[in-house]
Amino acid sequence: MSASIAMLKAEARLLSREPAGMFWVLGFPTLLLVLIGLVPSFRAEGSAPGGARTIDLYVPVTVLLGMIMAGLQSLPPTLAGYREKGILRRMSTTPVRPTSLLAAQMILHGAAMPVSGIAVILVGRVVYGVPLPDNLPSYAVTLALVTLGALGAGALIAALSPTAKGSTTTATVLFFPVAFTAGVYVPVQSMPQALRQVVELTPFGAASQALARASSGGWPEVKQLAVMLVWTVVLAGIAARRFRWQ
Amino acid sequence: MAIIEVDRLRKSYGRRTVVDGVSFSIPEGEIFGLLGPNGAGKTTTVECVVGLRRPDSGDVRVAGMNPATDRKRVTPILGVQLQHSDLQDKLTVREALELYSAFYKDPVDWRDPAERLGLAERLGDPFGGLSGGQKQRLFIALALIGRPRVLVLDELTTGLDPHARRDVWELIADVRDGGVTILLVTHFMEEAQRLCDRVAVLRAGTLAALDTPAGLIGSARNATVVSFVPSRAPDDEALAALPAIRSVRRAEDGRLEIAGTDQTVEALMSLLARNGITAHGLRVENATLDDAYLDLTREEH
Repeated sequence: MSASIAMLKAEARLLSREPAGMFWVLGFPTLLLVLIGLVPSFRAEGSAPGGARTIDLYVPVTVLLGMIMAGLQSLPPTLAGYREKGILRRMSTTPVRPTSLLAAQMILHGAAMPVSGIAVILVGRVVYGVPLPDNLPSYAVTLALVTLGALGAGALIAALSPTAKGSTTTATVLFFPVAFTAGVYVPVQSMPQALRQVVELTPFGAASQALARASSGGWPEVKQLAVMLVWTVVLAGIAARRFRWQ
Repeated sequence: MAIIEVDRLRKSYGRRTVVDGVSFSIPEGEIFGLLGPNGAGKTTTVECVVGLRRPDSGDVRVAGMNPATDRKRVTPILGVQLQHSDLQDKLTVREALELYSAFYKDPVDWRDPAERLGLAERLGDPFGGLSGGQKQRLFIALALIGRPRVLVLDELTTGLDPHARRDVWELIADVRDGGVTILLVTHFMEEAQRLCDRVAVLRAGTLAALDTPAGLIGSARNATVVSFVPSRAPDDEALAALPAIRSVRRAEDGRLEIAGTDQTVEALMSLLARNGITAHGLRVENATLDDAYLDLTREEH
């Protein structure tokens, strides 16, 4: 068995032993969508701009919430903790590079994100009759881009925090503005235009708009894709340069 | 042939120089001990040898390779046990052993070291639930898994009870008998005396001594101390003229204490015989590695 596969298996097993972490990534976004849908007015036709229902807008938003949970909340303390506990240091004395441990964690978190997203979409469809995304390829491309961006952001938090605790604090503080740009409090489509133009320049704001367009059958605007791509490259680039191994 | 070569190694953290021109070389198959007070530079030296740190100047070679830059070729022959490195809390002992086995091309069957280190009963336990001694034994097992040619152990038996310590010493001696070269950082003189072929004593980042344990003991300030109650006081001048004498002390109860080497003792005995002096309650004490170590590092304390 190759070292990378063995490591991926071991890390997957370790993640499965963290039920709280699993809940926030895989369960919480779906649960939130169900709770939002319990408000009758959110299910009323025309309750959101463009004649849609509020609950329809919240499907892409809660999909993004799962990504924020995995990338920005769960990933950074794991990576920073591995450094803090000397696990990376110990590993760098073996033939296996510690990078592959970080990679294993990012792959697993990156895999959890679409799983969480698909669960949200299916529950939205089954429970509240939210139509499935009209343009699946467009939706998938956007999801893949956001996944990379969320991983980059998480890696950057881990890179800049000296301890696991510090990265948790940073992640918690960042959660509120990031969740806001993703439209968790007010869907981006319902924001005043001036605010929306600013939010669309953030990675999750752009993603929120792109997912909304893909849901209604369109493709994201070039500008939205560009915003996501630039953020991903910048965040991941700084993370790779600034990550301290010990 | 030397498998580990350290030549004028120098390393500073900021303005603090931690290792200041240390040189030694270790032939294949030797157990080499690094002793010294806290902060003498032992761990930094070891970290340079395993390639975790780059020297500021000087040269480090492991099997002829630079351990900091030639990671690909050095790590497969290296087995390392470090201070201050943990594993994932929820990883079980078995999973850790299996995982580390997967890191090497031709690992040993991990059940062997696990068995010898008393971990067979703990295979299902998570790392976070192990005692300090159990964690330590797991780290030793992990260091052995890749059939290393060079084994680097930083504070091998810290946290182990006396029984476990003896078991580990036996294991390490066996590993060496298999041809493995071992670099051992330790605080225990008994450990160094028992295991090491040669010992380097570091003091404030420099090499204070490098010798066999027996050689170090011989160089102790008071290698041999003879004490007795003489039937009649020997002549002071004759005592002072004894070869290699270090000190003469008269205790209040009439006991005479003479410190020197074996040579001093021999000459003293014939002096007493010539003068018909009887030595009552004769005691001869040999210095230990502890004494030699304390002499060498006294300025530190």
